[in-house]
Amino acid sequence: MLKIDEIHTYYGQSHILQGVSLEIAAGECVALLGRNGAGKTTTMRSIMGMTPPRRGRIALDGAEITGLSTHQIARAGIGYVPSGRRVFSELTVRQNLDLAAHDAKGTVGPWTVERVLEMFPKLVELSGRGAGFLSGGEQQMLKLGRALLRNPKLLLLDEPTEGLAPVVVKDLFRWIKRLMREDLSILLSEQNSSFALNISDRGYILEKGQIRFSAPSSELANSREIRTYLGIDSKTVAG
Amino acid sequence: MNLQVIVIEGLSAMTTAASLFIIAAGLSLIFGALRVINVAHGTLYMYGAYFMATLFAASGSGWLFWVGLLVAPLFVAAIGAIAEVTLLRRVYERDHLVQLLVTYSLFLILSDLALRFWGTASLSANQPPSLSGAAMVGGVMFPAYDLFVIGCAVAMGLALWALLGRTMLGWKIRAAVEDPETLAASGTNVKRLFTLVFAIGSGLAGFGGAVIAPLQSVDPGMGQSVIVSAFIVAVIGGLGSIAGAAIGATLIGIVEAVGIFYLPSWAPAFIFVAMIVVLAVRPVGLMGQKLGY
Ligand SMILES: Nc1ncnc2c1ncn2[C@@H]1O[C@H](COP(=O)(O)OP(=O)(O)OP(=O)(O)O)[C@@H](O)[C@H]1O
Ligand SMILES: [Mg+2]
Repeated sequence: MLKIDEIHTYYGQSHILQGVSLEIAAGECVALLGRNGAGKTTTMRSIMGMTPPRRGRIALDGAEITGLSTHQIARAGIGYVPSGRRVFSELTVRQNLDLAAHDAKGTVGPWTVERVLEMFPKLVELSGRGAGFLSGGEQQMLKLGRALLRNPKLLLLDEPTEGLAPVVVKDLFRWIKRLMREDLSILLSEQNSSFALNISDRGYILEKGQIRFSAPSSELANSREIRTYLGIDSKTVAG
Repeated sequence: MNLQVIVIEGLSAMTTAASLFIIAAGLSLIFGALRVINVAHGTLYMYGAYFMATLFAASGSGWLFWVGLLVAPLFVAAIGAIAEVTLLRRVYERDHLVQLLVTYSLFLILSDLALRFWGTASLSANQPPSLSGAAMVGGVMFPAYDLFVIGCAVAMGLALWALLGRTMLGWKIRAAVEDPETLAASGTNVKRLFTLVFAIGSGLAGFGGAVIAPLQSVDPGMGQSVIVSAFIVAVIGGLGSIAGAAIGATLIGIVEAVGIFYLPSWAPAFIFVAMIVVLAVRPVGLMGQKLGY
């Protein structure tokens, strides 16, 4: 599905990603873990062409997407759910969704505004509300819904659990599981390593812009060394 | 002061306000979306006026006025689109000084081209026969064309309000103002959207020039004289706010009318005083900072 080959990404002079390679197979959920500032967001921004890598290649389904602009990469079939409160706060919830649907015109796939509202019934009551007034969990629904409307082959989720109440994190777990059942490929960046390792098939661990480990998630979760590195308390990784 | 004087003064204040709004709206739209102060906006306005005047020199028949009203904005919008693609889009990420220099150079280029095409002599555009008489308003006779200008300003304000609030294009423009990256990730070609916004803003300037042309002489200086007052109006209203531009224009129209009535020799200074007072109280202008409607 996605193949990242030795990319080097910079912010101005600072060399952030130093030869990152990563692969996601069709239908796979891959976790991207690492401490603050490791380069998880930068990896996603590199894929999306927001901070294009200066060296290396990125290919989606065999077709090179390196050097394309962001909207072309989106149209190639990648949905991006950025971290933080990145909804269009001046627009209503419904306008946010309609805008995404308009941008996705011509795509084929199961996702329509109706189906997104079915998945997140809460958004129906909120449809007339300014998106800037939503809670963190509600914004997460909206961001996810907006990305799904693209009918993407691959979904990039950047720290979706950040700032969510535990109940909502459980909901998020169910949503991601459901998307996995629908054969969507997912790259999931997380600080919450136990959440990510619980749900993903494989994981990569980034450190200072380089991949340090990669292995099936169960293996990562069971390794004492990795758990200590990620700071996971052994009790929280059950299953 | 009797009632008739008040009505007449009020209407001329509204006419001033209307022509100010017609020019300032595009300036404010462009600033709101692209964060660029387009010094060449007045020159684009002048192109609209020249276009109208040239059309009349060619024939002088009334229906060409309506054609000009339609085609002048498109002509100027096309100039704006070319300028955006070749110059402006390269400097959105740069600091304000660089942007100012680029729009200033655009101003110089366009002014020179205008001199080459139209020379230094002043042209004039006629009012169409259907609008050249006087109309009765509130018991007084008032030039019909002035009322038409007021109507154009109101229509333009409503159209912009509807565009930004009610249409997909408007939502995208507002989304692009807030977070262009996220909009691009949703599949919008943001570069092209910005070109379109600049073309619309330029088209509004061209429309303004075409509407105002029959009221004054069309000459190489008209762009410069208008950009300062348009800028003041946009700043008073809050750069980027269309409603603010409307309020700013109304305020300046009233200030100017009152000034001319009581202290004619000081009137030109009043609009600067108004700007200073507003900015001292509210540095972001009356309607704040964001692009709104
Ligand atoms: N716009 C920027 N300009 C300069 N440096 C940046 C910029 N954004 C991020 N960085 C730097 O790049 C490095 C990687 O940042 P990145 O945001 O990718 O980390 P992350 O793994 O997503 O961290 P977090 O878990 O905190 O979100 C950090 O050292 C950060 O300081
Ligand atoms: Mg991050």
